[in-house]
Amino acid sequence: MSPTVTTSSEANGNVSAATARAAASAAATAEATGPQSITMAKALNTAMADAMHADASVLVFGEDVGLLGGVFRITDGLTKTFGEQRCFDTPLAESGIVGMAVGMAMNGMRPVVEMQFDAFAYPAFQQIVSHVAKMHNRTRGAVTLPMVIRVPYGGGIGGVEHHCDSSESYYAHTAGLKVFTPATVADAYRMLREAIDSDDPVMFMEPKKLYWSKDLVDLDELRAQHSANGEAGTSSEGRAAVARPGTDATLIAYGPSVPTALAAAAAAAEEGRSLEVIDVRTLVPFDDETVAASVNKTGRAVVIAEAHGFASVSSEIVARVQERCFHYLAAPIRRVTGFDVPYPAPKLEHYYLPGVDRILDAVDDLQWED
Amino acid sequence: MTISADHTASGHTERPVDADPVAEAVRKFGISVEDYMLPARHQIQMVDPDGRLKPEDEQGTEPGHEYPLPGDDELMVAYEQLVVGRRVNDQNSALVRQGRMAVYPSSHGQEACQVAAALCLSGGDWMFPTYRDAVAVMARGVDPVEAMTIFRGDWHSGFDPLKHKVGIQCTPLTTQLLHAVGVAHAAKLRGEDTVVLAMCGDGATSEGDFHEALNFAAVFHLPVIFFVQNNKYAISVPLAHQSVAPSLAHKAVGYGMAGERVDGNDVVALLAVLDRAVKLAREGSGPLLVEANTYRMQAHTNADDDTRYRENSEVAEWRAKDPISRMKTYLTDRGLLDGQVEARILEKAEAVATQLRDGLSEDVPVDPQGLFRHVFAKPTPQLKEQSAMLADELARDAASEEAEK
Repeated sequence: MSPTVTTSSEANGNVSAATARAAASAAATAEATGPQSITMAKALNTAMADAMHADASVLVFGEDVGLLGGVFRITDGLTKTFGEQRCFDTPLAESGIVGMAVGMAMNGMRPVVEMQFDAFAYPAFQQIVSHVAKMHNRTRGAVTLPMVIRVPYGGGIGGVEHHCDSSESYYAHTAGLKVFTPATVADAYRMLREAIDSDDPVMFMEPKKLYWSKDLVDLDELRAQHSANGEAGTSSEGRAAVARPGTDATLIAYGPSVPTALAAAAAAAEEGRSLEVIDVRTLVPFDDETVAASVNKTGRAVVIAEAHGFASVSSEIVARVQERCFHYLAAPIRRVTGFDVPYPAPKLEHYYLPGVDRILDAVDDLQWED
Repeated sequence: MTISADHTASGHTERPVDADPVAEAVRKFGISVEDYMLPARHQIQMVDPDGRLKPEDEQGTEPGHEYPLPGDDELMVAYEQLVVGRRVNDQNSALVRQGRMAVYPSSHGQEACQVAAALCLSGGDWMFPTYRDAVAVMARGVDPVEAMTIFRGDWHSGFDPLKHKVGIQCTPLTTQLLHAVGVAHAAKLRGEDTVVLAMCGDGATSEGDFHEALNFAAVFHLPVIFFVQNNKYAISVPLAHQSVAPSLAHKAVGYGMAGERVDGNDVVALLAVLDRAVKLAREGSGPLLVEANTYRMQAHTNADDDTRYRENSEVAEWRAKDPISRMKTYLTDRGLLDGQVEARILEKAEAVATQLRDGLSEDVPVDPQGLFRHVFAKPTPQLKEQSAMLADELARDAASEEAEK
């Protein structure tokens, strides 16, 4: 007999009933936790497992995601728990992975696919840009593509060439894609669950250098928050977070640069300067309100990103802040980004990556009167 | 075996029991696996260009590659669709010349492929067409005017793919084959017996997604039929510059699936081969590749000058192999077709042409706010802002027009 999935085939994007039905069972089947120190990798893994418990149409596939559990072990145990029809390895072909996910999403599934490494996603670029991004538009909304493309991105791990690209600007530039990038362990859980629930396709950019960062989180509480999100409208999509409040200048960062920005703010505090750190969280949609409110308050801003600065998300942020905050600005907005060079070899990457000192130098340049 | 929200048991789920036509052919005919998977030595042709049914031993069939003649009813439906399809192609080309449509990639000469692609499928099956497959899309039941929306200029696609189980037509080459694979995979996981027909042309077989789609379908053992319409040219580049394989159907064996080549201007042979392919796929034999040898009688689109890259004599040679005239002769000789039936069919074709003319001559008002409506299921604040900005611009334009009066 062929296997069956007990979800409505015509329910393209309409799995809310299944989600609701299974929400309770997810809480029941997952291990009770209480606050515990876990890695971002574990949070992402738990988010996928919980989503798969909650909704039978959620599938995970990609290269090495099955028995190996992914090269970063983000899909660890999913095949064992859910079977090889729910979490499976594909042939080694990124366009195939994304293109097949498009068809599966058209036919009632919610695929979550892994691209293994940022630069490995480029063979799938055609599928992402021409189809994932446009299917909803092209069909006048008749087809939704509730799919998540997980891209481990960024450097700082001593990786070889093609393993450390910051590719978020390509996707953010493409109309029809939502682009999420968590910076904290709790956000990794929250935002991946939201991405999987989203009826829009989400490029889920995972800062790979933060995979092993740990934080004290209460998974049960995160699960409860997630269940309540729908009604309360408290999702992370389009909402930046104030990662550290401050009054003198605003550091705007996302993904892998958030901890660096926080470290810079901590260092600045020792020198008596109070820096506010904004974690953008979702690049698309972008939270203009939170960012502008902070810059209007502090009058000074530095945008920090690992990616090349030229024609990038960081350029976009500067433009948006300038448009909204011009009359509040005491100094031109500064950027601290990767240089406009191909991502360097491991022994050189620390020269490339925006670090605390470079951020503090930029802050010092913000035309202080003292 | 059921996958459900509470199915979290053991890591190893049962594999579905799939049919094994290879083993069957090997057992029944004593042929090798390769002989089953490789196309028959000659293309399958049942009715010759003169409209005569070929003797069974001259149809190109071999042990493991045997095809029963389709039934009379199916052939009559096919003939009607052929005539309608030709009328649609010619009407649309005329509408482009009249400036009613931006562009039309005609399938004039390929109507037999178009019709067979639609007729071999059941209601629950899916079709993934190319931009040149409008006749197949219509034969599948999509409203003719909706099928032409992509070329009219007011929206990229005019029909709902989910309602018709027809993928949208668009212009990137071969990408839709992977969507077909995904639809089939989802259906298989749910235990549905959906078959997916994935269409492409000869040029498309050079693209990476062609390879990936065939390989995925074979590895996951999916009920997808890859239907390659080899019309001999990718815009101006002839087949010899796309592939030096013995035939495009030969590519199948490299992926571990069976391939067959068929006379793409012989709707009888096309239906025989595709019907069997659908049956095998539905029974669980996995994907199959069917190459139809046909010819694009007209230029790639109205923007193309085909006299630059091919001789008139070649076009004339293929005109003699026309799919419609040979069926007309065959069905008339069989006593299935007479002047009265022909008149009724022509009337129907004329009605569709009128529908197209009326529908595409109508000036459908465009909705500027439609720009923003379907970018996302959940719109972003930025798009709401831009939508408000456009609304304001339009309101001011309207006000100044009013003032000028």
